[in-house]
Amino acid sequence: MTEYQNIFTRVQVHGPTYAGVPLPPGSWPRSERPFLLHLFGRFGDAQVGPIYLGRLGLASLICGFIAIEIIGLNMWASVNWNPIQFIRQLPWLALEPPSPAYGLRLPPLNAGGWWLMAGFFLTASILLWWARVYTRARALGLGTHTAWAFAAAIWLYLVLGFIRPLLMHSWGEAVPFGIFPHLDWTAAFSIRYGNLFYNPFHMLSIAFLYGSTLLFAMHAATVLAISRFGGEREIEQAIDRGTAFERGALFWRWTMGFNATAESIHRWAWWFAVLCPLCGGIGILLTGTVVDNWYLWGVKHGIAPAYPAVFPNIVDPATLPGAPR
Amino acid sequence: MTFIMRILVGLAAVVAAAMLFTFQHPPIDTVQRGFRGVGMVQNFYPPTIEAQLAVNRAPPPLGEPITAGPTAGTIYQNVQVLKDVPVGEFTRLMASITTWVAPTQGCNYCHVAGNLAADDLYTKRVARRMIQMVQHVNSQWTQHVAATGVTCYTCHRGQPVPAFVWFNNPGPAQAGGFAETGMGKNVVSKAAGLSSLPYDPFTPFLEQDNNIRIASQTALPTNDNQSIKQTDWTYALMMHFSQALGVNCTYCHNSRSFTSWEQSTPQRVTAWYGIRMVRDVNNAYLDPLKDVFPHERLGPLGDVAKVNCQTCHQGVYKPLFGAAMARNFPELTPKP
Repeated sequence: MTEYQNIFTRVQVHGPTYAGVPLPPGSWPRSERPFLLHLFGRFGDAQVGPIYLGRLGLASLICGFIAIEIIGLNMWASVNWNPIQFIRQLPWLALEPPSPAYGLRLPPLNAGGWWLMAGFFLTASILLWWARVYTRARALGLGTHTAWAFAAAIWLYLVLGFIRPLLMHSWGEAVPFGIFPHLDWTAAFSIRYGNLFYNPFHMLSIAFLYGSTLLFAMHAATVLAISRFGGEREIEQAIDRGTAFERGALFWRWTMGFNATAESIHRWAWWFAVLCPLCGGIGILLTGTVVDNWYLWGVKHGIAPAYPAVFPNIVDPATLPGAPR
Repeated sequence: MTFIMRILVGLAAVVAAAMLFTFQHPPIDTVQRGFRGVGMVQNFYPPTIEAQLAVNRAPPPLGEPITAGPTAGTIYQNVQVLKDVPVGEFTRLMASITTWVAPTQGCNYCHVAGNLAADDLYTKRVARRMIQMVQHVNSQWTQHVAATGVTCYTCHRGQPVPAFVWFNNPGPAQAGGFAETGMGKNVVSKAAGLSSLPYDPFTPFLEQDNNIRIASQTALPTNDNQSIKQTDWTYALMMHFSQALGVNCTYCHNSRSFTSWEQSTPQRVTAWYGIRMVRDVNNAYLDPLKDVFPHERLGPLGDVAKVNCQTCHQGVYKPLFGAAMARNFPELTPKP
């Protein structure tokens, strides 16, 4: 039984390495000599390479490197170039967007200018990488599903760091580049705008997020469960009955009367995953621009119920006559 | 099991065991503070409470208050604040202050030996002002301290300088130049629960009176331009509250709408007056002592040590678990 509960891939294929289909004219050459790595084979395919870099890949890496340098050096400067503090406090450090006082104007470098520059290069890097994902898929004659799924994530990123700050007339509304600071930003965002949990697009985004994990677990579990019959490698599944795949399908029909197909389960997964940042981005975009307090908006539209007051008659002391300031 | 697997399992067991000791283990005491289902619950970790109960205990008073006898002003020279207090009570208070503030240093921490009337030592001049401060708090800030009141011991706990005071915090050294600088946050913030929030939320809110309220009061946008960055500062101040009182957010707030007073607890009102009280104390009693203190008692920016919630509360929802020490020293609560 334990044989089927291994977290590592059980089968490693060791054959001649494969360079892939020919590239369209005008392409760069792929890296030479793919090789096999046993450790990688434990988690995925043992063959490493060939890698295709190309103009877009190169430009993206350069822009990404510049962005990381700007962020990292500013973080290091914020602890006075102390290497020990840089490592110890790394999760706390950040490159912060400009103060709201600057609006959308260009602030001095040391007061948010670096943040704008890092944001520019990071965005350039991400968009170039998106174009690379798109063109690589086309070069192999594939559909562009990966690129569009990536675009959904880029949408959320752009809303947070670019589109919404533009609409709010303030770079200061954007997210800092830092590990804990961007999480603090998330909490502060919700507090400032009256509890994001009452934002319907936030609700949808969470539903798709949790839905994605559920679908991923169902799908992965099904495939792993039929792998004892070689189900993940079957070629007859489309035409034969009683195959390992058919058992997987039957399992779901038994348990819930309906099963996804080998193709449609991936459609489910793709849409759930893509709708998570898509809805999330809409929810963020509406916050502060269209709705200023989601809790009060929820009260207004009957989605935030009232509860009996355990402590009645609590009054804001600032409203009492003669209250101190 | 292969040899490598055994080693891996062994390592995993060691890591798991080490992690276990870093967590607070069950049971955690929970106390419901709001309507069922709304998550207004206080969490208490019994070992922490036990440790706090052991430390946060009021010392027994020195006998009963003395109400009769000539006043201190007629017996001693240079008595400015407590001159109308019976002399027996006056010396009882002085002896108590010694045990509260300078138990190892003794009377001569404030007084010149052989000349109790002299004001030569800065500590005596500070102490006089601090007695006035205690009287002011006990008589003017009853919305916060109620009838419990405060004594020197509430903050000092047997130390000349209270354990929890704060100075204007310029933050750790930064490279400056054209590198980003002066954001006031994004390093380990001891004031805000070791988060990356602002490391000095005290200066803007507990010395200056900047606006703490950042949440919008209307469903739809108006001209309210409070920013997310401002929220970071309020957030840091609230983390200080939480740490200083050993409570979570829902001690005062219903977290579904932090800003809503109707859904808050009475403690939020008490805390609101507490903020004003601390501001008043810092501005009227502590900041003006700048020239009285010697240089080594001042902060990095040359300011006087100031108070925040933790100075009195020291991790407990009521200082000294609500022990009413001031009742035994009526001169500390003058009738207005």
